[in-house]
Amino acid sequence: MSNHVTVKDLIDAVHLKVLSGEEGINRTIITSDVSRPGLELTGYFNYYPRERVQLFGRTEISFTERMTSDERLLVMRRMCQPDTPAFIISRDMVPPKEMIQATEESGIPLLQSRFTTTRLSSNVTNFLEGKLSKRISMHGVLVDVYGLGVLIMGDSGVGKSETALELIKRGHRLIADDRVEIYQQDETTVVGEPPEILKHLIEIRGIGIIDVMNLFGAGAVRSNMPIQVIVHLSLWSKDKAFDRLGSAEEFTRVLNVDVPKITIPVKTGRNLAIIIEVAAMNFRAKSMGYDATATFEKNLENLIELNTAEDNE
Amino acid sequence: MEKREFHVVADTGIHARPATLLVQAASKYSSDINLEYKGKSVNLKSIMGVMSLGVGQGADVTITAEGADEADAIAGIEETMKKEGLAE
Repeated sequence: MSNHVTVKDLIDAVHLKVLSGEEGINRTIITSDVSRPGLELTGYFNYYPRERVQLFGRTEISFTERMTSDERLLVMRRMCQPDTPAFIISRDMVPPKEMIQATEESGIPLLQSRFTTTRLSSNVTNFLEGKLSKRISMHGVLVDVYGLGVLIMGDSGVGKSETALELIKRGHRLIADDRVEIYQQDETTVVGEPPEILKHLIEIRGIGIIDVMNLFGAGAVRSNMPIQVIVHLSLWSKDKAFDRLGSAEEFTRVLNVDVPKITIPVKTGRNLAIIIEVAAMNFRAKSMGYDATATFEKNLENLIELNTAEDNE
Repeated sequence: MEKREFHVVADTGIHARPATLLVQAASKYSSDINLEYKGKSVNLKSIMGVMSLGVGQGADVTITAEGADEADAIAGIEETMKKEGLAE
């Protein structure tokens, strides 16, 4: 899978304004780290992270105001390395003219944002991390059910897309059908999204490809979603044992995250959409602290004790 | 019709997990299988029914099977009961 991000992608995603060096907007960004070149302004370039996006905040800009024009030009030229992707200035501040000159000479885009430095830095990092982190592709359908990211998996032809379609009809949202691209956002979160070409599309046997956004409206789709639970659809078989009580805890490892997994047997006449809806609600109730199975087991223990006491009388 | 009595020995009685095992064993047969305790009879293929009886240690229960594979069913359930240390 190509992890290819250009400065233009960043401009579009974080809403930046191009001040100069526009011919360089197709430069590629290879790391999600952002650099704030403070020491470099003083002339210390030993550890200059030249491959990173360089972010100028109020501190950096006010420091350059104390430098002479020659110093500014010298330092800025040294910062403009062949693999430096772009410079960004926060708070809509005006860059020194030497900065414009140096970036124009080297063809590196000089960008501006109205956000504060901290906010801008986290927006840039989040976007780049999402784009540059390792991605895997899984076969399944990702649906937002009551705000819970449910990844429906199972063998081909078991009815994943049909189930998703009914969920959409019932007011839930499609993220991706058939192929879900997944990346890790942080230690406990994996996020799924569709490959660009499959966005909003779903394939239903006998009908073909349908555009969910077109048929059901903008409320029926979502561009990405953390995967919180995996629902595995499994063909019903007499020999397979399914969880009858809901007390078994199963997980599937996705990248470095263990995602809870529920296995649902598929049989003619079972309305899978409703079952998945209920599974999602039950899962939410559990994560809010109410576990019907655990409560029932406790009640059952009390009943057994009572019956045993009567028997012994 | 096949019929057999069991004396429950498991500490927990027929709690959730043992009930699951019994229901799984019973579901393999086509015969109608019932569990009777304290004059109440439930379908042994229904987990909620079995658990609702609240059968404890020391209880005596009767299992009946009726259908084409009734003898096999009783034998199979007996095997599960013994293997899991549930009843004798």
